[in-house]
Order: sequence, then C-alpha cells, then structure tokens
Amino acid sequence: MAAVGDIQGPEWRGRRWRRPRLDAWTVGAVILAVVVASPVLAVFAMALAPDDGVWTHLASTVLPEYLYNTIRLFIGVAVGVLLAGVGPAWLVSMCRFPGRRIFEWALLLPLAVPAYVIAFVYTDLLEYAGPVQIALRELFGWTSARDYWFPDIRSLDGAIAMMSLVFYPYVYLLTRAAFISQSVCLLEASRILGRGPWESFFTVALPLARPAIAAGLSLALMETLADFGTVQYFAVDTFTTGIYRVWLDVNEPAAAQMAATLFVLVLALIWIERRSRRDQRYHQTTTRYRELPGYHLSGWRKWAAVGACAAPIILGFAIPAAVLGDYALANLAGGLDARFATDLWNSLMLAGLAAFVCIAAAVFLAYGVRLNGGRLLAGLTRFASIGYAIPGSVLAVGAVPPLAYLDHAIDAVMEATFDISTGLVFSGTVAALIFAYVVRFMALANGAVDSALTRVTPSMDGAARTLGTGPAGTLWRVHLPLIRGGVLAGATLVFVEVLKELPATILLRPFNFQTLATRAYEYASDERIAEAALPALTIVLAGIIPVIILSRAIRRSRPGHAAGG
Amino acid sequence: MTILQKSTSLAAAATVAVATFAGPAAANGGEVNLYSYRQEFLIRPLLDAFTKDSGIKVNVQYVKGGILKRMQAEGEDSAVDAVLTADIATLRQHVEADTFQAVKSDVLAANIPAQYRHPDGKWFGLTVRARVIVHSNARVKPGEITRYEDLTDPKWKGRICTRSSGHVYMKSLLASIIAAKGEDAAQQWASGVKANLARKPQGNDRAQVKAIWQGECDVALINTYYIGAMRHNEAEPVQKEWAAAIDVVFPNQDDRGTHVNISGAGVAKHAKNRANAIRLIEFLSSDKAQSYYAASNYEYPVKPGVEWDPEVASWGKFKADDTDLWKIAELVPQAVLIYDRAGYR
Repeated sequence: MAAVGDIQGPEWRGRRWRRPRLDAWTVGAVILAVVVASPVLAVFAMALAPDDGVWTHLASTVLPEYLYNTIRLFIGVAVGVLLAGVGPAWLVSMCRFPGRRIFEWALLLPLAVPAYVIAFVYTDLLEYAGPVQIALRELFGWTSARDYWFPDIRSLDGAIAMMSLVFYPYVYLLTRAAFISQSVCLLEASRILGRGPWESFFTVALPLARPAIAAGLSLALMETLADFGTVQYFAVDTFTTGIYRVWLDVNEPAAAQMAATLFVLVLALIWIERRSRRDQRYHQTTTRYRELPGYHLSGWRKWAAVGACAAPIILGFAIPAAVLGDYALANLAGGLDARFATDLWNSLMLAGLAAFVCIAAAVFLAYGVRLNGGRLLAGLTRFASIGYAIPGSVLAVGAVPPLAYLDHAIDAVMEATFDISTGLVFSGTVAALIFAYVVRFMALANGAVDSALTRVTPSMDGAARTLGTGPAGTLWRVHLPLIRGGVLAGATLVFVEVLKELPATILLRPFNFQTLATRAYEYASDERIAEAALPALTIVLAGIIPVIILSRAIRRSRPGHAAGG
Repeated sequence: MTILQKSTSLAAAATVAVATFAGPAAANGGEVNLYSYRQEFLIRPLLDAFTKDSGIKVNVQYVKGGILKRMQAEGEDSAVDAVLTADIATLRQHVEADTFQAVKSDVLAANIPAQYRHPDGKWFGLTVRARVIVHSNARVKPGEITRYEDLTDPKWKGRICTRSSGHVYMKSLLASIIAAKGEDAAQQWASGVKANLARKPQGNDRAQVKAIWQGECDVALINTYYIGAMRHNEAEPVQKEWAAAIDVVFPNQDDRGTHVNISGAGVAKHAKNRANAIRLIEFLSSDKAQSYYAASNYEYPVKPGVEWDPEVASWGKFKADDTDLWKIAELVPQAVLIYDRAGYR
C-alpha cells in the first residue's frame, strides 16, 4: 500500500530496537547519512555565529511580510495541487471516458516544465505588451493601461497559479499509484453497503489514499518552499528569497538562522501529519485484485471529466511548450550550434549521473534496513533525506564548506605522505554538483526505492538465502529485478529535477560549464526571452521522455497486472 | 537486469566525463580563471579579443551571490584568478572578506584615475555608469523633475516605477544620499519615494522604461547603458519604441551631481595565474577594450581620453557626484536597513 514516492519511508514503529551492529551496512549507512546531511549541518553551524542584532531589525521590518506571503503561497499551492492532482488521478484510474489513456500519462507532462520557465512564459503572454492584452485593446478600442483593469500575473496569486500548474503532478503521480493499488473489494463493499460513487470516493478511497496524497502534497510544498526563480520574478518576497537577500546584504548568521527556523518548521509540519494518522492503519486486508471497476461516464459527466483532465495539461504544458516552441523556431538558426549540443550533453550527463548515484545510495540504505532492521538504520535513512526540506539556494551555500573541508583534508594527507599538493579535488568539478544534487534529491530516490522494497515479501530473501546466495547476490539477482518499477520511478524524478535545478548548478559548477538551465536563466534574467526559449524548451522535451516511461511503469505496478500489458 | 547493465555502462561513461570536466586543468601558463558577476555573453567578445592578443585562454564562470563564500572556504586551494563585478559594493565585500590581493601595475595606474581604483590596487574600476531619472516625454514636461529629491514630491504620487531595492544599483543610490545628507534625510527619501510608487518594485531597469511606455507610470530610475541597449535593440525592435517614450534627466546638476557607479575587477588572493590575471585587467583598461565597452555596452569609459560612443555622447555631458565610491560602498549595508524600515521591497 506504500506509495511510489512516500518520502517518509516505511513505518518502523513496532520494529524492535536492537543494538546496532557494527557491520559494513551500518558503517556505510552512517557515513552516507552524515555526508548527505553535511550541508544542512553546515547551515546550522553558520547560524550559531552572532548576528549583531539583525534578527530584531528583521522581525520589526520585513519578516512579517515574508511569513505572510509564504503561508499564503503554501495554502494556495496546497489547494491548487490537490484540485488539479487528486480529481484527475481518480478519474483516470476508476472511470472510462474519451482520451483517458492519453490523459493518464499526459497529466504528468507539466512535471517537466520548470516553475521559472512557466512564470516567464505566462508573463510574456499576459503582460501589457503581450498578445492577450493587445488583442483585448484592439477589440475594445482601449489605448493605454489606464483604460481598463487586467489581473497582474506578477503577483502572489500569479505565483500560486504557476506553481500549482507545475507541481500538481507530484500529487497526481502518488495518488494515482495509490488508487491503482487499492483493492476493489473495499470499494465494492462500500457500494454494497449502499454508498454512492461520490460517497465511496470520499469515505473509502480518499482516506485510503491519504498517506500517498500527503506524500505528494509534501513534495509539492517542498518544491514551493525551494522555489526562488518564480517568486523573485514575480516580486513576491517569501522566506526563501528573504533568506537569500539577508545572506547577501545583511549578515550570514541571521540568514542561516532564518533557514534553520524554516527547516524546523518544515520538520514539524511533516511530523504533525504523520502523527495525525499514527493510530490509523492503511493496509489492504486482502490480496484479491481484479480489474478496476471502470465506471463508464456519459453525458455531461463525460465532458466534465475530459475538461478536468485536459485543463491542467493545456495550462501547465501545452501553452508553455507552444510559446517556447514559437520563440525557439524563430531563433533556431542562432541557437542550434555546438554550444547548444554541449549544454545538452552537460545537462543529460549531470541528470543521469545524479539519478544513478541517488538510486545506488537509496538501494544501499533501504537494503541495509531490510537486512539489519533496527531504528538506527531506519533513522539514518530518513536523516539522509532532509536536504529536500532546505531551499536549493541555501543548500548550495551550505554545500560549500563540506566540499572545501574534504578537499583541504585530502590535500593535507597527500602533502604529508607524498609531498604532492592535490588542490581542489571536488570543489568546482562535476563531482561537487553531483554531491549537491544527491543531497537535495536523495529523498525522492529514498522514498521510491524504499516503498518498492517494502512490498517484496521477506520469504523471497529466505528462499534465496536458503539456496545459498549471499546478501549481495540476493539483492542483485532477486530484489533489483523485483523493484525495477520503484527504481525507475525514483531515478526519473531525480533525473527531471536535476535537469531543472538552478541555484546549486550556478554556484558549484566548473569554469566554462553551462547547462540548459543556466543558459536559459542567463538570457531570461536579462529579459532576452527569445534566446532563452530554445534551452528552456529543450529542458522540457528532455524531461518528457522519462516522465512517459514513469507513467507506464506505474500502470504496470498494479498488483496482478498482466506482465507486459 | 538490462537497466542495471545500462546503469553500469553509464557509470563507466560518467567516470570518463568526470575526468574530462573536472574543472580547469592545472595552470600551464596560458590560462586565467575568471568569476564574473556580469553575464558571460556581455563580456565574451572582449575576452576573446584578449585571448587573440595575448594567447591566454580565459575560463569563465558567471556567478551570483555565494561565490564569496566559496572563495573563502576554498582558501589557498581556490582555482580562481580574477573576479569581475558590476558594482563597487561587491568589490568592497570581496576586499573586506580578504579574497582579493594588492596589485601594483604602472599600466593600471596610468589608465585608471585614482578615484576609480583602490589605493593599494585591491580593485580597479573598468567602466562608469550613471543612475539617471527618465520620464515620459508625453506626460511629463522637460524641467518638471531635476533632482533625486524631487521624487519624494507628492505630485508624483502613483507615478514612479523602480526596480527592487534589493538590487545593488538601488542600494548604492541610497548610500550616496546617506553620504550627502545623512541617515535621517535618506530615510525620508526612501519613505517618500515608496509612497509615490505606482506599483510594487519589480523587473530590471529596462522593465521600468517599458512600464512608462505602456502608461503604468511616468517617472523611473535607470542606469544609462540601458538607454543605448534599448535604442539599438535589433533582436527585439519593440524596445526601440519603449526608449522612444522617454526623456533622460541627469539629476542634481546644480548641486552634488548625478550618482555614478563602476563595474570593476580584482585579482584573487590565491590566484595561481596572477600575472595573467593582471594582464587581463590591464587589457580591459586599454584604449581598445575601453572603446569596445563604450560602443557595445553603452558605458562610460573609465580611462580619460577614450572617446564616448556617439549614442552615449548624445545624452550629453554631465556632472557626476564625486563622493568617494569606497565610502558609498561602506554605507550600502545601512541603505539596506533603511529600505527595510521604509517597507521599500
């Protein structure tokens, strides 16, 4: 019943506390968790320095505004992603209506669109000089902005709309996976006991899917929290932009303190959500699976369903892709050069590498927990996920000290033993970038791998071991083939996120190194939208293919699903 | 299994990739590593010209905030040789964080006037830009606004646009007002302009001119080179219309003069290619590079005697505020607090 990306990992309550054994798995897991958590720890360390009374100034001036905007953004995006994510997930899983098979995967497409890209596309469309307002002026004979009112896209509400459109796929993805894996029996029982389809949805299916919905929502909200580009572009001051501004302009300890506060708040929220369903269990009590019911919709219901599924795709994907495509085509001759090929290769290489490392680390941790159990390992696994709760721009700065520390240490050892100065081994290399990505996106891989592995019955391990295969062999030959779907899902999420990632890439990359994201950003930040379009569109296109693969993997993940279907 | 096999070969390919991309190769005498706060496409032609002249390859990373932290943390292992910035305050931050070193160069001393470089050679100004008032030429009469202080006049209520006070150009302007008239007057100025804003501060300087063109506001504060960049924008010709909607005013000509800022450079404290870094900065201060800046980016050359671009010259000569830039940079953190208190985002 665990969702594809439940970032919390398995419930380990009830697992008995054992004395941690000092074996390779435990030692490896401790090292891995400490390494991955080091940037977060670095931020906390910076927060300990004196802030020269800056907090008082901030609290009496800008903090209330940051707080207000952040909370409104959170609530707005939460409502938005639930509306755009849960409904369509239910419709495509349980109902039959025209285009369902297409909507099933197309609803994931906005995942490939970076929030900062959709923000500048809609600004371009809806601002005064954009085609929409020009058409309206021509239609009604208005001559200037003073003649009429038009909603300002560059506002808090605009930011809520933009983020809802590109972050709802997290909710959709996990909720749909949960609906698919629900046993129909419970729904049938509900119907037999006299509940209508709507009531069954609200009283049975929805509560059953709550852990998945919560996991999806928390992913979407973490992304909201991490977003810098959109709110910056829309002139909305949130905690995240505030931290960055204080960091650069005022003082580092104060900024680190803000980041630490925010981090604690996020952990508290996650904890409250988990606690609130502590005494509820969401296990399937039967292994009977049948084809999902497939309510046939007709009449207005049919078209309402089509509309509910088409709207997020059109707004979150089709329109941005069309606008970018239009600009990119006009600028194609100037944009498609050797530089573009290098940017593309760099982006794909980083995303592929980061996905691989994240998944390898996640499998290592999850399998360690499975072999040894115990709270220590399970706790470490979760500890290794905390990077996701820190905004990328903060994490990027936090990654600097550990990397430099490691480099200095290696340099000192090499100098002492071989009299060679190695200089910077990691800082300013691709390795530093991969490190930052792993810290930031480990949670995605952890959740996916962990929930897939939990679903594999322990008797498999027993059988393999009885037949003489060691733990590593069992992992390689038994588990990995079984959890392929989860691995693929986790790898895809990391891949797509790295393609879009900006703050860490800008700060930590090597010299002369550009990715599609940094190139698009450089042009867009100088209001050169036309030149930014091609790299931005390429990010979207490169993200689509894995997203489609992911969608197919989910359909196959349904228990009892015919192999190859 | 095939996925895993693919992953394994991916990992192998990755190892090669890491080796290939693992940062700049160790100094072989023919390189210089540059962090630039200015977008790479703005400075690339200039750097290419330097490489052609000197045979020295320039490796660039366009950076934003955070790079100072990185230079500090990496210390003597740092690979960077020189840093280019777009303003004086960032140069001062680097000097105070001790990430720049002193450089003695007769060429630089000859090319750059003393007020535009550090006495010990820890930073060098390379171009000058002025922060001017522009106003709608349809809705504002010439002479209606002549000083920065006029922006607080209630007659402009709901008619002024600026970019966010978080930007360094806004901060150093306020710092120059603190320097000239003291903190209280600066606070009144910030609150007064805030009260007259037509909209929440947003966008870059260009976006303010666009807002005048579309009638959202009548008056704005911008840096001079944007005027040239818009008037000659062939890629997006609509910007020529924006620029045609405004008149340019160099403020405070009858008293302290118009606030100016510099773009500049410093040599990194632990530069491995120190000589090359100095050569690069010397090149950027030469007649050739200075007239390129002037012609392609519409900035004022820092080197006396270098001819202004005709576009730049068309805005006319002006009196610049001669307050020590170093002093202005020192007041920037104070300016941030004042903007905060004024609620000026």
